[in-house]
This record gives sequence, C-alpha cells and structure tokens, in this order.
Amino acid sequence: MLVLTRKKNEAIQIGDEIEITVLEMEGDQIKLGIAAPKSVDIYRKEIYLDIQQQNNEAANISKDLLELLKDKNIT
Amino acid sequence: MNIQTKYFGEMVVDDSNIIQFPGGVPGFVEEKEFVLLDFPGNSVFQVLQSFKTENLAFIVTIPYHFYREYSFDLDDSIQESLQIETESDVTVFSIVTLANTFEKSTLNLKAPVIINSKSKLGKQYILNNDDYPSKAKIWPTVASGVKGE
Repeated sequence: MLVLTRKKNEAIQIGDEIEITVLEMEGDQIKLGIAAPKSVDIYRKEIYLDIQQQNNEAANISKDLLELLKDKNIT
Repeated sequence: MNIQTKYFGEMVVDDSNIIQFPGGVPGFVEEKEFVLLDFPGNSVFQVLQSFKTENLAFIVTIPYHFYREYSFDLDDSIQESLQIETESDVTVFSIVTLANTFEKSTLNLKAPVIINSKSKLGKQYILNNDDYPSKAKIWPTVASGVKGE
C-alpha cells in the first residue's frame, strides 16, 4: 500500500480524474472531500462490505428453501 | 437461447430479455448479464439469474409489497449510467435473503437493484444514507400487508 502524509487542505490526485482532499481533522475523525467522475462509485468501505456479504448470503440459499415461498402470494 | 438456471433447470431465454449489469454486483463483479425469471404460481417473488453462471441466482421482490413507504432518490450518476429518462423506465427490486423460516428472512433495502426495462440496463444501487438496513425484516409486514388489503 502506498502511504502518503497530507496536511489539512492538501490533496491527493489519483489518475487524471480523481482528487481526494483532507478537509478537516477532529480527534480521530477526518473529513475527506472526493471529486471524481460520476461513473466512479464511492462508498464507505464498511457499507460496501456489508452489501457484498449480504449478496453472498442471498446467493447461497439452498434450493429446498424455495419451498418457503410457496403460498406467499400476498398481492 | 438455452441457459442453465439454479432453480428451474434448463430454460429458454430470449436474448432481448438479458439485462446488462456493466459493473457486476458487489461480491460478483464479473457477473454482467442477468435475466429475470418468474416463479411459477407466485407473483410476488422473481429470480435474478446470472446468464453465464448456473449457480448464481438471487431471489428478488418488489419491496413495495412489504414496505409501502420505501423511497429514495436516484442520483444523476445512476440515471445516466442506466439511461433513465422517465420514472416509468425504472423497476426497483430488493434482494431477498431466505432464512430457514420465512419469518426470519430479510430484504436488502439498503442496496436496491435498479433495472431500466427499456434500455435493459441494471445496477445494484447502494444508498449512501442510513435510512434503510441491508437486513430488513420481511415479517411481520407480510401479515399486516395481507390483513390491510
């Protein structure tokens, strides 16, 4: 992993189009500003991991569980 | 075209029904093509089946069956990437995680699957707020839904 030290209001440029700026530091919290093209998805890491894990769980349903859906016509 | 499906064996799928997920879905970024399959005799749930991987299929549902007030904004970026022009282009699905009882099963309201049925483009859209959990109870909303209608 590349490690860079930055001060408040300093930035890091990633490729031509992504810029990450350190906006504020307070205790153990750091506020970052991110400028990136719309096509780049930006998530808090723990949220992305949660969705990955949730997808893995949802994809690993055994076929017998489908029985549970029978008679669940609620409309 | 014939494809192998996780839940229904071999099926014939028309090429025009293939939905492109250009970025894959979190956890399965290499999976870029899916088809929506109906459950015989069940209008509430559908299956989002990978086109190339037999064993990859998600149970999905329209979340409004369970959470009528569910709402969120689609930002410019997804409107652009899915070529969304009007609201009616869009269908919102939630992935269902079935547990060993239906009552313990959950819906992922945090990351709805957005499909533009016109452009046949889809994406799992992760909401960047804490309004909805990734494990929302499917129960007891089912029961109250039935009674309420």
